[in-house]
Amino acid sequence: MSMKVQTRQVDGVTILDLSGRITLGEGSVTIRDAVRDVLAKGSNKILLNLADITYIDSSGIGELVSAFTTVKNSGGELKLLNLTKKVHDLLQITKLYTVFDVKDDEASAISSFTK
Amino acid sequence: MADSTTSRVSFTLDSSLDSVNKVELTAEQVAQRAGFDEDTTTHVAMAVREAAVNAVLHGNAYDPSKHITASFETTSDSLIIRVSDQGPGLDPDTIPDPLAPENILRGSGRGIFLIRAFMDEVHFRQLHPGTELTLIKHRQPAQPGN
Repeated sequence: MSMKVQTRQVDGVTILDLSGRITLGEGSVTIRDAVRDVLAKGSNKILLNLADITYIDSSGIGELVSAFTTVKNSGGELKLLNLTKKVHDLLQITKLYTVFDVKDDEASAISSFTK
Repeated sequence: MADSTTSRVSFTLDSSLDSVNKVELTAEQVAQRAGFDEDTTTHVAMAVREAAVNAVLHGNAYDPSKHITASFETTSDSLIIRVSDQGPGLDPDTIPDPLAPENILRGSGRGIFLIRAFMDEVHFRQLHPGTELTLIKHRQPAQPGN
C-alpha cells in the first residue's frame, strides 16, 4: 500500500494527514515532495498527522528527520501528531522522540506553534 | 545429532523494491508460522526488510545484472534468515553510530542499527563479491519441566 497525503490549513498551520506506509521509494518521496510544496507556498508551520501511518522503515524515519531539518533551516517548525505505537517505539529506539516535538492532540498542537 | 531443521525456503531475486517487499512479506509469514507474537513478527519483518534494502540499494545499487538471495530457515529453537547481495562488500565496523549526537539528525544510516535492535543475533560474512547477513531470532525457551 502506498502513502497518501491530504493537506489542510488550520489557524496558519499546514496539517498533512498521512496514511499508509512511509518506506524507501514512494512513501518517503511523497513526504519530501509534500513538505517542499508547503514551503514553496510560503508556509513553514507544518504538522504531520501520522495517525494512519501503518508502517515506517529506516528510510521513512530518515525522511521525517530530513523534513524536520529542512523546515527548521527555513526558519519554520515541523511537529508530529498522533503517533501510532509502532512509530512511537521506533522513535524511542532511535532516540529521535525527544528531537521531534510530538503531540497527541490536534488543537493543542496547533496552538503550540509560534504565532 | 538429529537434523533440527523443520522448514527452509529460499529465493533469488532482482535488485528491486519489489524484491524488498517480497522478502519482507515472506519474513512476516514465516515468523507467524514459527509462532512469534505480533510485535516480534513485526520486528523480524522490519529487520529483514532493512537487510533487503541494504542488499538492493547499498549492495547491488539496483544493478539489474546483480541479484539478491534470501533464505528462511525455521529450526526447533530459532528462525534464521540470510540475505546476500553481489555488491562491493560491507564492513559493519565502519558504520557510524546513528545514536551519536553528530549523527542523530542524519537522513539515513539507521538500517543496520534497527536490524541489531530487533534480532537476537546478526552476523556479517564477506562473499567476495558481496555481503551475507544472517539474522537470527530465538524462539521462546521451553518452560522448565516441560
